[in-house]
Amino acid sequence: MSNILTICRKELKSYFASPIAYLLMAMYGVLFGFFFWNAVGYFVNMSFQSTMMGRSFPMDVNEMIIRPLLMNTSVIGLFLIPLISMRLFAEEKRMGTIELLFTSPVRDMEIIIGKWLAAVILYACLLGISALNLSFLFVYGKPDWKPLLIGYLGLLFQSGALLAIGAFISTTTRNQIIAGGVTFGVCLLLWVFEWVAGYETSTWATVMGYMSVVRHYEPFSKGVIDTKDAIYFASLIFFGLFLTARSLESLRWRA
Amino acid sequence: MIKVDGLTKRYDRTVAVNNISFEVEKGQIVGFLGPNGAGKTTTMRILTCFMPPTDGTASIAGFDVMKSPLEVKRRIGYLPENPPVYPEMEVHEYLSFVGRLKGIPSAELPQRVKDVSERCAVADVSKKLISKLSKGYRQRVGLAQAIIHNPDVLILDEPTAGLDPKQIHETRDLIRSLAGVHTIILSTHILPEVEQTCDHVVIISKGLIVAKDSVQNLTSRLRGQEAVLVEVAGASTDDVRRRLEQVAGVSRVLHKDTRNGAHVFEVESLPGENVRASLARAVVEAGWNLNELHAAALSLEDVFLELTAAEKAQGGQQ
Ligand SMILES: Nc1ncnc2c1ncn2[C@@H]1O[C@H](COP(=O)(O)OP(=O)(O)O)[C@@H](O)[C@H]1O
Ligand SMILES: [Mg+2]
Repeated sequence: MSNILTICRKELKSYFASPIAYLLMAMYGVLFGFFFWNAVGYFVNMSFQSTMMGRSFPMDVNEMIIRPLLMNTSVIGLFLIPLISMRLFAEEKRMGTIELLFTSPVRDMEIIIGKWLAAVILYACLLGISALNLSFLFVYGKPDWKPLLIGYLGLLFQSGALLAIGAFISTTTRNQIIAGGVTFGVCLLLWVFEWVAGYETSTWATVMGYMSVVRHYEPFSKGVIDTKDAIYFASLIFFGLFLTARSLESLRWRA
Repeated sequence: MIKVDGLTKRYDRTVAVNNISFEVEKGQIVGFLGPNGAGKTTTMRILTCFMPPTDGTASIAGFDVMKSPLEVKRRIGYLPENPPVYPEMEVHEYLSFVGRLKGIPSAELPQRVKDVSERCAVADVSKKLISKLSKGYRQRVGLAQAIIHNPDVLILDEPTAGLDPKQIHETRDLIRSLAGVHTIILSTHILPEVEQTCDHVVIISKGLIVAKDSVQNLTSRLRGQEAVLVEVAGASTDDVRRRLEQVAGVSRVLHKDTRNGAHVFEVESLPGENVRASLARAVVEAGWNLNELHAAALSLEDVFLELTAAEKAQGGQQ
């Protein structure tokens, strides 16, 4: 356990020692800020119109702002996650520091979980920025906080799964850019699978639909935790970390 | 302390290490000597549990590298060919990280970091980013990293490669000062390094061990097989060489130097032959000037060349 924390701390330090963490935060801040003010602007506009027209059915902040925002955040995540996971192992391989990790009295799984955890924590920091934006809603309105919390839980699940896959891809090369590119491709695939499933009903489309990250995230954005979705993300995490472990093992054999 | 038995490592096609065996006693400094590509790094990577062997066994302090890697890793300090440092970290941060990784309790960590920083002469840069350090400093940080948990066994892969002469000297002194407390195995392709730093030597060439002995024994092993330095003037290099080679008992004639029209040759003889008198006679009878003739002990370098050359010849015959 303490080994996991040692690795995790070192990894976080590396993120924040390089421009990557700040760059990600800046990118995320701008993107989310844009989506946020856009959604709020739309909401204000709508409520203004409905008052003008004399209708006064209640406007739901959760339904009109938070849910679409969470969906947007989920999509932004697909783009940012490769940038977080790409260096995890590729950089250690390139720098030769993997020799230090591999010859220290720690288990491979401790290295893997430590690194993965650091990546998830960095992503959680990004989410923190969006939470800061959303806190304005609580100042000016009364959104329901429970679905919001579940939405964030889903985002963490999603990032955990994609970062585990990214970690695996990062073990296969010593070039960060390649690791990032391939991870981005995989994330994108897991996202666009949703489109096929939207109009097709063949077995393949069903399978693709089942693999779609967005589809499994959507219930979370509505504040619903479905075991099916939780299992999907948990098994992706497990699968990704397992592949990472196997890849490190074969790395040793080939060295 | 270190026991290697029948170790073999095969990559796709190349056999990097072929059935090697050797032992290192507690407290020894052993030089692992061989030309590039001999299999030094590969052997060290197996000893440090970085990679598993294809065949054979290796154990450190009684623990097998395959069966109990964690126990082995706890007992070794390893400096790979390139110091495994993180450029974005400060020196003291890095050493603390490695210390924690090696299982040093938090309470003792600051003291250990301070101790090894002083020991390896990196205390003055402890607040500097590693990316800003010179190669020599990086190497010393690498050494500090290897000894921070006070391991029984130190495994150093070409610890002086890429350093300037002053740094090489300092590093060798540092390594010597670590002897006694630690059992050390260091690899190198530079002979004087072994003569100056180590008390035992294992010579490896093309994945095979060609000699293992104490440095002293090895240099005197071919003493019967004496080398003689001859300086001759008054003829062309080739003529002299041909004449010297004809002398009975001579095994090899090496042209060393030509200065002021005089040629210096190193002549090696077969074991038990004393060729000095015959050499002198041969030169004088040919009507040339014999400027100088004296015996020279074979340096480890000669032994090394001899052994690896013999190895090559054997390989060629197979
Ligand atoms: N990862 C690898 N894959 C394939 N061949 C390798 C690998 N590493 C080393 N070799 C080969 O194994 C041999 C021994 O290499 P090495 O142990 O690095 O030698 P040394 O350290 O003595 O220079 C060389 O011929 C080298 O080309
Ligand atoms: Mg080497």
